[in-house]
Amino acid sequence: MGELRRLTPTRRDFMKAAGGLVVGISLPAYVGQLEAAAAPTTGTAPFGPLNVPVDQVDSWLQVAKNGTVTIFTGKVELGTGTLTASRQIVAEELDVSFPATEIVQAITGKTVDQGVTAGSQTMRTQWATGLRIAAASARQALLSMAATRLAVTPDKLRVQNGVVSVQGDSSKTVSYADLVRGGKIGAQLSRSVRPKDASAYQVVGQSIPREDVPAKVTGEFTYVQDVRLPGMLHGRIVRPTRPSPLTASPTALARVIKGTLANATLANVDESSIAHLKGIVRVVTKSSLVGVVAEREEEAIAAAQALKVTWNDPASLPDQSTLYDTIQTTKVNNTRVIANSGDVEAALGSADHVIQAVYMHPYQMHGSIGPSCAVAHVHDGLAEVWSGTQSVYALRTTLATLLSIDPANVRVNYVEGSGCYGINGADDVSLSAALMSQATGKPVRVQYMRADEMSWENFGNAMVMSLRAGLDAAGRIVGWDYQNWSANRGGRPAPPGNVPAGVLAGFPEATPPQSPPASPPLGDDGSNSLPWYTFPSQRVRSYGVYQPWLFTGPLRSPSRLQNTFAMESFMDELAALAVADPVAFRLLHTNDFRLVDVIKAAARSANWQPRPSPAPAQTGTTKTGRGIAATRYEGSSSWVAAVITLTVDTTSGVVTPTQVVASQDCGVVINPDGCKAQIEGNIVQGLSRSLKEEVKFDHSGVLSVDWASYPIITFQELPDDIRIELVNRPNLPALGVGEAVISVIAGAIGNAIFDATGRRMRQLPFTPERVKAALQA
Amino acid sequence: MDNTGGNPGPNSEEQVPKKPVTEPTEAGDGLRRSRRAAIGAGGAAAAVVALGAGAYLAERAGLLPGGGLTIKVNGKDHAVQADPDTPLLYVLRNEVGLKGLRFGCGLAQCGSCTVQLDGKAVRSCQTKVSAVAGRAVTTLEGLGNIAHPHPLQKAFIDQQAAQCGYCIPGMIMEADAFLRSKPKPTATEIKSALSGHLCRCGTHYRIVRAVQAAAGTLTAGAGVQQGG
Repeated sequence: MGELRRLTPTRRDFMKAAGGLVVGISLPAYVGQLEAAAAPTTGTAPFGPLNVPVDQVDSWLQVAKNGTVTIFTGKVELGTGTLTASRQIVAEELDVSFPATEIVQAITGKTVDQGVTAGSQTMRTQWATGLRIAAASARQALLSMAATRLAVTPDKLRVQNGVVSVQGDSSKTVSYADLVRGGKIGAQLSRSVRPKDASAYQVVGQSIPREDVPAKVTGEFTYVQDVRLPGMLHGRIVRPTRPSPLTASPTALARVIKGTLANATLANVDESSIAHLKGIVRVVTKSSLVGVVAEREEEAIAAAQALKVTWNDPASLPDQSTLYDTIQTTKVNNTRVIANSGDVEAALGSADHVIQAVYMHPYQMHGSIGPSCAVAHVHDGLAEVWSGTQSVYALRTTLATLLSIDPANVRVNYVEGSGCYGINGADDVSLSAALMSQATGKPVRVQYMRADEMSWENFGNAMVMSLRAGLDAAGRIVGWDYQNWSANRGGRPAPPGNVPAGVLAGFPEATPPQSPPASPPLGDDGSNSLPWYTFPSQRVRSYGVYQPWLFTGPLRSPSRLQNTFAMESFMDELAALAVADPVAFRLLHTNDFRLVDVIKAAARSANWQPRPSPAPAQTGTTKTGRGIAATRYEGSSSWVAAVITLTVDTTSGVVTPTQVVASQDCGVVINPDGCKAQIEGNIVQGLSRSLKEEVKFDHSGVLSVDWASYPIITFQELPDDIRIELVNRPNLPALGVGEAVISVIAGAIGNAIFDATGRRMRQLPFTPERVKAALQA
Repeated sequence: MDNTGGNPGPNSEEQVPKKPVTEPTEAGDGLRRSRRAAIGAGGAAAAVVALGAGAYLAERAGLLPGGGLTIKVNGKDHAVQADPDTPLLYVLRNEVGLKGLRFGCGLAQCGSCTVQLDGKAVRSCQTKVSAVAGRAVTTLEGLGNIAHPHPLQKAFIDQQAAQCGYCIPGMIMEADAFLRSKPKPTATEIKSALSGHLCRCGTHYRIVRAVQAAAGTLTAGAGVQQGG
């Protein structure tokens, strides 16, 4: 075991290696991930058990002898404040103070497998089935132990700051720590446990400051980019300019779809091209994956830039100018009928007015400010990886396959990276680092360069949305026919071939889901393609299009943003057709009180004046407009609305937002300031993606490779006036905040442009060129 | 607000390692104990004494006999082995062992690597290490720490002006240099000063408020109006 223990350096190792330099102190409640990982494991497995039992309270919480409650979460902090909110719900249920809690995040074999941290699902999950239930179950078990100890029935007990006392007899007390004495609580999660009533909340609902912020603003925080192991080497990747080594000829494409196409092999690596450089340890190749490992970071960078690599006939990318036609005419792999109620064709046939429109959403980037990074140590049949992944267990499976190592001998430690907003390169770089470490037998840190990250990330998918709807004589929608085409490739880890590094390393890409699916799911598909308004007849069809060009993956509100943009824009088209106020028109088509309330809250805050769009004719070249959009995010994962006011300069086509109001109902608000911070982020990123962002490419490769070629919004482009309305529902379950509001920003902007100018924008982003073209059309 | 690097400041307990390795953990009580133990161990103090002579050499040419350079970072001299053309970023992170500056683009486009050179904000990804010999380099660590935060750091904490926080060190270093030249800026001037810094999380409003708060110009009701 001595050898195994060395694999994970202990804190003492670091202290020795650092010669006494200690950069990070602080955060008594923020347990170091490496500290947690380095704690001794039990049993014979080097990295502890393969899985942690989800049904045991002790898997989720431990009470230390000093009373500190250590929380183990399978959901990770991605910069959104969920660790703070998670500690709040545990402190609340246990009746301990917030500072008496600390939290350890996602380490395989140490924390329960809570799947992927994504989709605004963290607090919803922790509330409904995770930490809140674990804490309530723990409290129940602890009170039962206390009742025995104090010789009273549990209903006579109350708890304050982790001390159990008997009501009316202050002499009888026992603390959680005394009950457990550093041992296990030994209870199971109870499905029937009754958590606290909202009326008793003391910690939930408070804007408790995040404990990671002081470390982050002083340089004391350790990101995955900061992990340093003794003897660590540095790696960089070398990739072809095109994101696919696949051949995209029609016959090859057919083989891709069948999943039988072997990936093109690397033609040649000329190692002599870097022979003159210092510090080179090794050029690593595996199939078409190429990396350079060097002693120092700058040496690895120089070598990766200088290394001459020839690629085997990379495929051409399609013409960007006809991308949306290509997507719509590419063979569909997967057709899903999400809704089909009433007789849509008959309704449209007898409607007073029928309109149709096609909306387009480009490939966009996650655009993490810090390029993805991972540290791996693979030797003697063991692999340990420090990664910013959203799913440590799935990544462990991927790495085990990639490295041909038993999953029991692989450990993935989550360490927070730069914000990811979905699947950025965090998993991909973990594969790269693992292969480079395996090839050298040394710990290797790999960070992508800016262009690596941008040209090879799992872009948010491009989509085409086609809508048709009809109004009756009274101006009500009688039929709704919606279709979308989504261009995808790759996905989250599990098979290595889901991510670019795995494909380059020679692993087959997963066969895209074939049509028809075994049982066409009717109802909500989690992508906001099912209308949140009520229509007498509706049909929703979604087509998955496999494209062999660019890798794609979930990007903040994946597909939901695209669908919401199209549907809320089209609602506005219908409102204009009906000569109805856009707010009133929406309220006419829903009786969902949560949707009604967020729409009204946003409209009230924006001082919305009822009238149809477009606005009455305005003189001058600066036109002002306002627009609204709303949605029921992911069917039931929160309700949001936005009202945006902006100006359009008809000479330049420049769109300038002047006010953004956003409202959200995310059930019980656990941390109001945390919610507001997330909504601010949604607004800013939403403005950026709506006005500026589009991945550019030509036949030879991705052209958006840095911040000059993929600009995002800057301080000076933001409106001064933003307002946030939280619709708190203390008695309803907690829901997500991380990516709901961003879903409605593009629609609200497009609708405001229409209000200002009378021109409908159906393609994102709304660049000055595109707006100008629409004005001149 | 003397942040030109001449003042050892609150980091004076930090010792200079022979071969620095960044402590790889945000830490709990255990690390605090470790830190005290490490400082008490004595080995590190010797390294500092050895480097005391480095300051003298740095004043002359920045060159050490072994071909390395001595650079002055946060008021202390550090002997480094990097080639003279190496970007300062990698030297500060990998040799000096600092975390308060980050690789973002390597192209001077995003600002996350910003440090101060003789009090002026510079992009360390585009600054050669040889160019800083004999000059005062200040990183985020040179402003303050959790126990003794700089007024800007305190304002960022008060305003909760970080989500992932990766861009924040550069924001603070730019803002600190800016406030020295313009102590009472308007919000518009702050936005202009930070316009070369990118944030992807959308923390912009809180960042501006934090800089206003540090400058003493934050008025009630400024920034995001929050109902509910």
